[in-house]
Amino acid sequence: MDYFIELLFAGLTRGSIYALIALGYTMVYGIIGLINFAHGEIYMIGAFTSFIVATVLSIYGFPLLAIVIIAAVAAAVWSSAYGFTVEKLAYRPLRKAPRLAPLISAIGMSIFLQNYVLLAQTSDFLPFPELIPEFAFMEPVAHIVGSSDMVILVTTAIVMIALTCLIKFTKIGKAMRATAQDKTMAVLVGVNVDRVISATFIIGSALAAIGGLLIASHIGQINFYIGFLAGIKAFTAAVLGGIGSIPGAVLGSLVLGLTESFATGYISSDYEDVFAFSLLVLILIFKPSGLLGKTETKKV
Amino acid sequence: MQSGLKKKLLVAAVSLGFAMAAPVAGMAADTIKLGVAGAQSGDLASYGLPTVKAAELVVAMYNAKGGINGKMIELLIEDDVCKPEVATNTATKLVTDGVHVVLGHICSGATKAALPIYKEAGVVVMSPSATNPDLTQSGDYPNFFRTIASDDAQAQTEVDFAINVIGAKKIAVIHDKGDYGKGLAEFAKKFIQESGKAEVVLFEGVTPGAVDYTAIVQKIKRKGADAVIFGGYHPEASKIVSMMKKKRLKITFISDDGVKDDTFIKVAGKNAEGVYASGPNDNSANPLSTAAIDAHKKEYNEDPGAFFENAYSAALALLNAIEKAGSTDMADIVKALQTETVATPVGNIHFDTRGDAVGVGFAMYVVKDGAYVEVK
Repeated sequence: MDYFIELLFAGLTRGSIYALIALGYTMVYGIIGLINFAHGEIYMIGAFTSFIVATVLSIYGFPLLAIVIIAAVAAAVWSSAYGFTVEKLAYRPLRKAPRLAPLISAIGMSIFLQNYVLLAQTSDFLPFPELIPEFAFMEPVAHIVGSSDMVILVTTAIVMIALTCLIKFTKIGKAMRATAQDKTMAVLVGVNVDRVISATFIIGSALAAIGGLLIASHIGQINFYIGFLAGIKAFTAAVLGGIGSIPGAVLGSLVLGLTESFATGYISSDYEDVFAFSLLVLILIFKPSGLLGKTETKKV
Repeated sequence: MQSGLKKKLLVAAVSLGFAMAAPVAGMAADTIKLGVAGAQSGDLASYGLPTVKAAELVVAMYNAKGGINGKMIELLIEDDVCKPEVATNTATKLVTDGVHVVLGHICSGATKAALPIYKEAGVVVMSPSATNPDLTQSGDYPNFFRTIASDDAQAQTEVDFAINVIGAKKIAVIHDKGDYGKGLAEFAKKFIQESGKAEVVLFEGVTPGAVDYTAIVQKIKRKGADAVIFGGYHPEASKIVSMMKKKRLKITFISDDGVKDDTFIKVAGKNAEGVYASGPNDNSANPLSTAAIDAHKKEYNEDPGAFFENAYSAALALLNAIEKAGSTDMADIVKALQTETVATPVGNIHFDTRGDAVGVGFAMYVVKDGAYVEVK
């Protein structure tokens, strides 16, 4: 039973990691129907930004809590700037182009950003400082669920609830839903569609940056390539949950994380990916729009 | 005395000049013919050319001293492009030219193809670089020797260390599914099972680059392993080591040359402390190694290339064996190789009955205060 609980939490942590990235994929897809392949790179840039900020601040001897908050804010702002710029430069000019064009543009941005960080920073792995300390009160259960696991789980839950509220109850949320349903009609009733799309990219990028900080602190290392692999898994999770749906992205991520964890624990980690993707195929056969996806145009 | 020495030097210089200019021209009948075979052109020339240079340096040194038992040494250099089908021709040509011993070949595949021809002709062959375990372990080639550790030697070193030094009884063998990591892990598994002193409680691959290795760490704990042998590179190793620490799992972590890298210590930080990794023996403190490299720099104005030290050592070992045996008969040379220890850049070596050099191979290192130190 202990072993089951250990694997359960391992899966939940992994799922939450995917979810923090998957939310950005699903939001963008929900609004403009674009798979933003550069999203994984935004996450990576978030991790690098928080790495740099945290390193500099710790040299000046700031307390840990201040470092975490400042690094998180800096990473969120910086990544948002990247997300905003990528959208403006690479996607907006292609808004009326066939669907394939922005997709290729997104892949191009992903490769560009990877190589940019590779050249501007380093190709080496860098040690990421442990920004989430080991809480004393977690010690009795640390062998099952550690402090960083707990912070990631809680953050994911908070972010999901906050996003749902944002979309359901705020003005910008209403505008997002309108844009998702019908861009032309939204323009006609006075919604500034460009601004809504920019806002979506900014929110998604900020989330990815926070994710970058938490995940890098959990794993303890970063390099320019982390965004690609994490991005692929997060994208898979978003599709599994029904791309375009926010609770779907979280649910899909958790299902994917748990599947991988239990496959590793009870069968073999050699087949971890085999099980994860078999599950994806099965779900898509029986429910092509994903677990919580809806077939009609109503997204977000 | 003086003029005698000068004469000898002159002879040496002339013979060396001949050897380089026209390797197969055939000098006076009374020379010792050292064949050098390997890739000297093509894609893999960079692996074979340093061996030629090593042979030239060693032969020049011997001939300057007056050769072996009064006989000068002649080099026969042949290219096999690292291709098995060419290597058989190379071997036939060397044998026809009356070669006594051969330094080569470079690639395992070419070596394997050429060996039967040398065996037939009773020629001892010593490779500086062919690492395929079968070459010595199959027992098919009593004429084959090498001055490099075989592919499985690293796994053997790790397993011996885990069982005999750490005293591990239950070992989890983890790898990264790559050629290098999985190959090592499979050898490690085999050696643990053959030892009979410990059991393999887990043999699994992890996905490189995965975001989180909690599940596999929990599984290692669940299986009650008291040591982990990991085959792979440092990014995965540092993630697994850090995760073991986070999950309060205190067991020995043993890994390989792919982890014996300063980046591992930099990334894993304090979690790296106490991690064991195997790596090639360190020759930098050996004066013979320094001398050989200096000689190369002086002669060719550049740093030596791949397997230079192994080749230099092999040439020394071969010539030393001929000198000690006082004959060029295969049986005599083999006996001398096995019994006479020779000081070389890779250490003081002799050869076991299979043909592997004793004293060449891997050592265990441990991370202590942020640096790898050899475990004595």
